[in-house]
Amino acid sequence: MLWACIVLPHLALDGVLRRNPQSGPLVLVDGPVNARRIVSANREAREAGLHVGQRLSAAQALLTRFDAVPYDRAAVDRWHRFLAAVAYRYSSEVSLLPHAIVLEVSRSMSLFGPWPRLEAMLRADLAALGFRHRITAAPTPHAAHVLAGVSDGQAVLTPDAMRQALQRVPIGKSRLPAMATETLPGMGIRTLGQLLALPRDGLRRRFGAGLLEMLDRLTGDLPAGLDSYRPPDVFDLRIELMHEVENIASLVFPLRRMTGDLAAYLAGRDGGVQRFTLRLEHRDGRVTEVPVGLLTPEREPGMLFELARGRLDQVQLPEPVLAMRLVARELPPFVPAGRDLFDERPTHALPLDQLRERLRARLGDRAVHQLDSTTDPRPERAQAVAGNPCRSGFSREAFGPGFGIRDSGFAKAKASRLKPLLQGIGPRPTWLLDRPIPLRGAAPRILAGPERLETGWWDGGEVCRDYYVVETSLGQHAWAFCAPGEQDGWMLQGWFA
Amino acid sequence: MGAVVALSTLLDAQQVWRGRAAPLPAGEQPTGWAALDDVLPAGGWPPAALSEILLPADGVGELRLVLPSLARLTQGGRTVVIVAPPYLPCVAGWQQQGVDMRRVDIVAAGDNDVAWAMEQCLRSGSCAAVLAWPRQADDRTLRRLQVAADHGQALAFAFRDRKHLPHASPAALRLELEAAPRAQVWVRKCRGGSVPAQPVPLGRALH
Repeated sequence: MLWACIVLPHLALDGVLRRNPQSGPLVLVDGPVNARRIVSANREAREAGLHVGQRLSAAQALLTRFDAVPYDRAAVDRWHRFLAAVAYRYSSEVSLLPHAIVLEVSRSMSLFGPWPRLEAMLRADLAALGFRHRITAAPTPHAAHVLAGVSDGQAVLTPDAMRQALQRVPIGKSRLPAMATETLPGMGIRTLGQLLALPRDGLRRRFGAGLLEMLDRLTGDLPAGLDSYRPPDVFDLRIELMHEVENIASLVFPLRRMTGDLAAYLAGRDGGVQRFTLRLEHRDGRVTEVPVGLLTPEREPGMLFELARGRLDQVQLPEPVLAMRLVARELPPFVPAGRDLFDERPTHALPLDQLRERLRARLGDRAVHQLDSTTDPRPERAQAVAGNPCRSGFSREAFGPGFGIRDSGFAKAKASRLKPLLQGIGPRPTWLLDRPIPLRGAAPRILAGPERLETGWWDGGEVCRDYYVVETSLGQHAWAFCAPGEQDGWMLQGWFA
Repeated sequence: MGAVVALSTLLDAQQVWRGRAAPLPAGEQPTGWAALDDVLPAGGWPPAALSEILLPADGVGELRLVLPSLARLTQGGRTVVIVAPPYLPCVAGWQQQGVDMRRVDIVAAGDNDVAWAMEQCLRSGSCAAVLAWPRQADDRTLRRLQVAADHGQALAFAFRDRKHLPHASPAALRLELEAAPRAQVWVRKCRGGSVPAQPVPLGRALH
């Protein structure tokens, strides 16, 4: 067993800073309204002389301009759980400790490589998300937690090394109950090593069984007794903006953070997202919803951001935005797209699916589609939007009834089955009008025909027409029809372009 | 034995006359119209470049000009994108010309978005050819499309009205289609070669 411990010393402050790009003195305050105290301060604030524990009134006397944000316990808890979801990517056994996350990594190392590499990956993930951290590794989770309180980057991989490392830990940093840490130094016990060497019976009489149990958990003589963390099935992230935002451009930075968080969460779950909703919250609970739909499950942060931004750009804000929330309920499994080893496209090529997503993000869900033929001989119904151009059904009926074509199943009319059908029919144009229109101008010259289509009696759309290929005075070749037996009243159906 | 000389190096150095004229190199992107291929400097469409096709009206044979190329590309498994076509492509008609419609994506775009969508498709590098009917395209837009086609190594076809002929264009190839009195195509500009003085007849007897 090897446990990694990630201590998050500035969780609350980092959570606030990451939605707030501008720098400047910023402090978190907590406590009753008349006695607010600083609980966390950023570097600029500390350089200006503010420090943790100071009263807010004293700080205001020192510095005239700084941001004071109320400490939000719920937000801290949310970030804590979010980071546990990110860590879930590296291990199936993740637990929460106060201001820390522990994860069992001995089995993960066969996938991600030896500990230094895994540690580097964890650090890169946390740095990208904007959270300061300390990481240690030890054979028990509590030992890793204690060592993380002493130093950063320490890794003790064997039980013996762990015992030696624990020997030197001062009692004050041992994360033992306050009663023990206050009393023991007065008894001359200053390090964990001295404490572990004491006879157990005496310790039990003085401090009760609880302390011994904790020491046993620390050294691994007892199981750690931690509850495993399970990532939630719904991603729900809300960012409260510092100011009222009236233009979309100011929402881009928080949006990038949110989609980045969504991507990190999805990587932890090894899932993708196909639909998510951006909720822009206004005053008095009014909400503007921006749904974002994708053709296939995705989780690449850049792509999620670009698509969400494309949708957001089209939104007209009715009133200022106070907060933004991202909700993703459907999190289907993510299947990476395969690419051909002998792909002849340029190396920087954007995959076709991503291109379609990009077009849909700006032009609308139904903008990109394919056409396929049906078995119906009537030109208005002979073709339909292919049901499944890209493994999902959003593009069905892209052109809608306005084009006079009926949506019918792709599977019914596979190209292979159509080959014999195609040979039996007469020439077909390359352009089709959405509905026939009268052919204006002088009488056309007939080039071929007639081809009679008489069908549709079973569904009320009965047609009986003679189709001809005709040439207009402009030299265009047209596909036109008239009533059977007549050569007058030409109706234009398509062009042989 | 002396030093062994590879035959290919001798031939490449053109020191050996082989007794017959080398055949004209076939173009990378033949148009499918032999007469047109003969007069075009690239032996076909200019690869990775914009071709502009100017029309007197819709439906005068502009699709038949490009359909052989589209058939060749789609049958080779490459994707072709059609942006904002003026009419609905007729599946049966295209299939009769050999086009695999499963490889043809149709993009519906408003007048303002046609050039953008075309540029995205060209630049992506995953489309073999992009056809578009831009209504509002100025010199700058066409230049962007030309650069995008070069970047994504794709064939770009812009179909425009004949009235744009007097304006200069950055397209590598400009063709003007004539339907009456007989179907023929004029090469108005071709990069890398001289403009032929005669139009190329376009047989239309095939429906």
